Amino acid sequence: MNLPALESARTALDSAKAPDARRAAREFVAQAGRDAAFQLESCVHCGQCADACHFHLVSGDPRHTPIYKLQPMLKAYQREAAPFASVKKLLGLAPPEVTAEELHEWSGLIYDSCNLCGRCTLVCPMGIDIAGLVRLAREGMAAGGFAPADLYKAAERALDTGSPIGVRWPALKRQIELQEEETGLKVPIDAEGAEYMVVLTSIEIMGFSEAIGALARIFRQAGASWTIPSAGFEATNVGVQMGSREVAATLLSRIVDAAERLKVKTVISPECGHAYSALRWEGPNLLGRRYGFEVVQISELLDRFVREGRLRLRGKDTRRLTFHDPCQLVRRGGLTEAPRRLAGAVSANLVDMPGSGAASFCCGGGGGVSAIHRAEALRFAAFEKKKQQIEATGAEALITACGNCRNVLEEAIEHYGMTMPVLGLTEMVAQYLEPAQPIDTERRAG
Amino acid sequence: MELLAFARGPALWASLAVLVAGSLWRIAGILRRGSQPDLSEPRGTRLLAGAMRGIFARMIPRREFRRRNKLGVWNGYVYHLGLAVIVFGYLPHIHFVERLTGLAWPPLADPVVYLCVGVTFVSLFIALMERLADPVRRLLSGFDDYFSWFVVVLPLATGMIAIQQPYTPGAASAPPLDPLPLAIHLLSVELLFLWLPFGKLAHAFLVFASRGVTGAALTRKGAAL
Repeated sequence: MNLPALESARTALDSAKAPDARRAAREFVAQAGRDAAFQLESCVHCGQCADACHFHLVSGDPRHTPIYKLQPMLKAYQREAAPFASVKKLLGLAPPEVTAEELHEWSGLIYDSCNLCGRCTLVCPMGIDIAGLVRLAREGMAAGGFAPADLYKAAERALDTGSPIGVRWPALKRQIELQEEETGLKVPIDAEGAEYMVVLTSIEIMGFSEAIGALARIFRQAGASWTIPSAGFEATNVGVQMGSREVAATLLSRIVDAAERLKVKTVISPECGHAYSALRWEGPNLLGRRYGFEVVQISELLDRFVREGRLRLRGKDTRRLTFHDPCQLVRRGGLTEAPRRLAGAVSANLVDMPGSGAASFCCGGGGGVSAIHRAEALRFAAFEKKKQQIEATGAEALITACGNCRNVLEEAIEHYGMTMPVLGLTEMVAQYLEPAQPIDTERRAG
Repeated sequence: MELLAFARGPALWASLAVLVAGSLWRIAGILRRGSQPDLSEPRGTRLLAGAMRGIFARMIPRREFRRRNKLGVWNGYVYHLGLAVIVFGYLPHIHFVERLTGLAWPPLADPVVYLCVGVTFVSLFIALMERLADPVRRLLSGFDDYFSWFVVVLPLATGMIAIQQPYTPGAASAPPLDPLPLAIHLLSVELLFLWLPFGKLAHAFLVFASRGVTGAALTRKGAAL
């Protein structure tokens, strides 16, 4: 375990216990590097991002306009670091300092009403990556002590136990044993030199543990060696959600340590959008070094296996199905084709939602929102846009490739009294695998 | 010194100097912020092409968002194109640029430009009305937005007054019968030059950086632009 990183993360969380607007402002400014500064300076206040944001569309509240959520960061940047800041200060034209009251108010805007889904980024005519800037602004909010209490608590639990909801190795071990009994297949633990190392999210472990059995069947047929680490198995990264790079780096380093300890070639990011974003795109930058292994999202790997003929599918689900695009995989992660192609390989009647793919609406729970209790009513309200997209398809069931989306969708579907199962893509692929051939039974993975 | 001579001489050169120096200062100030290299393994490596695609792709809203576009979005095209026609298509303006740079090109017919002036003027007022009436834009807008609007409309208004003056092609530097309207028009343009680097009008050059940065970043991930 990386003890200095852990200490640094604990210190960051401790100092956040006493909210300090100036500390937040300093962090806002520190986060405004060249690219962010170009974007902060470019907004022409056209308001088009409001029409892309599901929170604004359902609430009609102008404060839910995505670019407005960046006001404190913009003020701090304009006051302290923008090109004419010193002259404006001399002339008394600089914006006032951000205040604690302001940041408490903005906590609801930057966290509760933003999924970091990036639909605003896609619509901005100035090309401003608004979701990316909100992610940076959260660094200031978290450092200053203005992130939601639920996220601080989840971060503390993740540092202490490895999981934001306290799932430790014995709990995962028990789930693995149950899946081994269910499938009759051995799940390799800490297998050094395996080709693939699978990490999981707490939501999968506790809510959708059949995904573990599905993986065992998939890797068996693909003839690939794989393993799950007993330490560093948790992919959820609350540090990325709340905006604490110290926490994020500490949690990531556990996975990287496991991958290096076990000398694996590829780390498989699980069915979780933000975990993919954290591990695949932010990780090397948070840790300050390139990985010695590849990171591949599970649907990307399965799609590759199917196309290479390593996975042989038989039959398809004949129900009318539709695919929900997880924002961090599709819009923000660039995995537009693979999950949909895979869903098509196991569904005979897959229909796209209106605006599916890159412009799809978020489930409402991304970006840590599903972990913020006070945001629950707003989250259910925001689901209204997703609901409209789903209902337009007349689908009988929903497929997705993110455990958090799945959990949030199930809750929202229940909240709205809808009756629609939500299926995990990995499990669907496992369900339609060709039955094991004799040769396969000899080719036990791991 | 007569007002027109002042507007054509010291005021013009001073405002152009502020325009250039201010714009460079603003760009340099942002570049000075620096950036860290992205250490993640790229999915796409044609970043320059991605930046260019980002610059051009955002000129038109994505298909998925077009149905929700308000009048203001399409109105934006009207006044941007209108201003471009007026600035680059009107003969006296081409002579003005020729006097400064030696560059010239064929003008549009005067009635076409006059029509554009009318349409652009109306379009800019629609833009202001939308900004005041729409709760989102009203919340976002501040002094910079309204003053930027003002310094764009002012040269249009003063130019309309100056149009009343007879104009002899090829005699751009000759004194008009009544020099006051032209002097005021020039001074209003110089006010725009003075303000451009410091306020929202700087989007005229910042837009390329902002779109390019995002275009390259999304291309790196293989994500949609």
